[in-house]
Amino acid sequence: MVNANPSPIADQDGREVIIRVRDLVNRFDDDQVHDRLDLDVYRGEILAVVGGSGTGKSVLMRSILGLLRPTAGCIEVLGQRIEEAEDAREIMARRAGVLFQDGALFSSLTVLENVELPLKSHYPEMPVQLRRDLARSKLQLVGLSENDSPKMPAELSGGMRKRVALARALAHEPELLFLDEPTAGLDPIGAADFDRLLRTLQQALGLTVFLITHDLDTIYTICDRVAALAGHKVVATGPVAEVERLDHEWVQRYFHGPRARAARHEDE
Amino acid sequence: MPERDANTADLHPESDGRLCATGPWVLDHVQALADKVDRLAGSAREFDASGISRLDASGALLLERILCRTGIEPERARLPREWRALFDAVHGSCDDAHEPEPSCEPQWRQVLERIGRSCVEVARSTRELLHFMGVTVHRLGRTIVQPQRLRLTATVHHMEQTGLDAAPLLVLLSALVGAVVAFLGATVLRAFGAELFVIDLVTFAFVREFGVLLTAILLAGRTASAFCAQIGMMKTREEIDAIRTLGLDEIELLVLPRLIALLITLPLLAFIATASGLLGGLVVSVLSLDINLTIFLDRVTQTLRLQDYLVGMIKAPIFATIIALIGCLEGMRVAGTAQSVGEHTTIAVVRSITMVIVIDALAAIYFQEIGW
Repeated sequence: MVNANPSPIADQDGREVIIRVRDLVNRFDDDQVHDRLDLDVYRGEILAVVGGSGTGKSVLMRSILGLLRPTAGCIEVLGQRIEEAEDAREIMARRAGVLFQDGALFSSLTVLENVELPLKSHYPEMPVQLRRDLARSKLQLVGLSENDSPKMPAELSGGMRKRVALARALAHEPELLFLDEPTAGLDPIGAADFDRLLRTLQQALGLTVFLITHDLDTIYTICDRVAALAGHKVVATGPVAEVERLDHEWVQRYFHGPRARAARHEDE
Repeated sequence: MPERDANTADLHPESDGRLCATGPWVLDHVQALADKVDRLAGSAREFDASGISRLDASGALLLERILCRTGIEPERARLPREWRALFDAVHGSCDDAHEPEPSCEPQWRQVLERIGRSCVEVARSTRELLHFMGVTVHRLGRTIVQPQRLRLTATVHHMEQTGLDAAPLLVLLSALVGAVVAFLGATVLRAFGAELFVIDLVTFAFVREFGVLLTAILLAGRTASAFCAQIGMMKTREEIDAIRTLGLDEIELLVLPRLIALLITLPLLAFIATASGLLGGLVVSVLSLDINLTIFLDRVTQTLRLQDYLVGMIKAPIFATIIALIGCLEGMRVAGTAQSVGEHTTIAVVRSITMVIVIDALAAIYFQEIGW
């Protein structure tokens, strides 16, 4: 284990905070992305991060993952300061799984090899047969069949690529799962299936999920809480029913536009 | 039951024939547990999972394996309630899948199959190249009839990239090869006291062969790969399809500017290469062979005929066409992945260099026969 006993942090309600972002500032040259942004993610929840294009959702995710060193501020993940740690990326690689937009599967590897890769990098001495069995069980867990495992990523449909990417993100049994627009580019049926799969796995595996999405159906059906990004900050966090009532121009337009009405109607 | 260390996962048989699982059954311990499962699972009649303190999907797979081998129902395994959902998710998705049998063709058949496949592949790609050449010639003809169709900016851009940018490297390479040829000639000819003929050697070598050949080989490595990678990336990002749906012609838009650029720059570069090669030979002659500048220039003007120059230059447009067409065609054949871009770039370079050298050899024989 990298860190034997990280001290858990709890907020006033006694819920354990897994990711704590405080006063995060991100600036690229003259372009201000985040200005003293605060965010908490609790254990075992699905948090949806919403916001217009260019409000820095992906930058926030990359900061938490240690892929990007923030200009200022403090990010604690599982009790460890990420922005200060030299080996931030290794810590996060071990404890978090990431599903990038469009999967980011390695096009030169088969589906099975893609899923095996995290096991190979974290457990290099693991016997090949066991590694293969574990990878195969992850593929079955995300609803892919045995026949798909020797295929190349280029042969897969968009929905299947997302599922393989999810299996790869879960292969090393992370506690945290980061998803960047998982349902973008899927048809409504595929997107609904993916939402359901995500909820099932999150509950079964006890995952904490950080989810960037534009998909209002996803927000209304599977998310425990929503964090709305606008004007360089998180303007609201809470269950979607609370956030949508907030008196903020962007939030009102987002949650009460024609698309949102349709999604809510479906949900009721 | 003896209390076990909570931090180590274990599987051990009890005296009453039960198999007990304890501790965290998580990925960190899976390797050790898998061995124990293989050793112990066969003998047990009862299974007790109540000692499991933590479980993840990898551990659940091992539990599944135990139950599968012992034939015990999941309900009788006494798994703690909190882990039931996880176990059911893994259990539900397992369908006793077996690894597909690897095909075991005999070795000699595999070898034959590979030979056959590559023969078919060569035939196919030759046909494709001829087809591509035909289409390109058609578009070239149309552009000559209607010159306003020519993408002048793109053509000039490619001329800069393939011609101007390659010139310094080409000058250096040719001058060095020229010097080497002069040294080599001097070593052999000194024995006959015929050092003067070093000038003939360098002149003929560069004017007839090396000037254009060095240029073509350099451009085949430098430009065919660039063309292939550029067009290949556009192919993977569906830009070629976008060009077609916009009613434009990808040959006219992408291939013709590159072809025309090379047709103009390759002869020019070949001339530069020839001159640089002669310069390299000149420097060696003057500095280490006691041949002065006047003798060198006199000798060159005496021996060199116009047709020697033509023998070299006539090949330049042929090489330009081969390099441009193979580079672009391989780019068009890229399919989807980053790996495919790499494969086709390699093919483009290898094939264009091969073609250049083969055609140069055939041309050398031909001109020898007709007495030029």
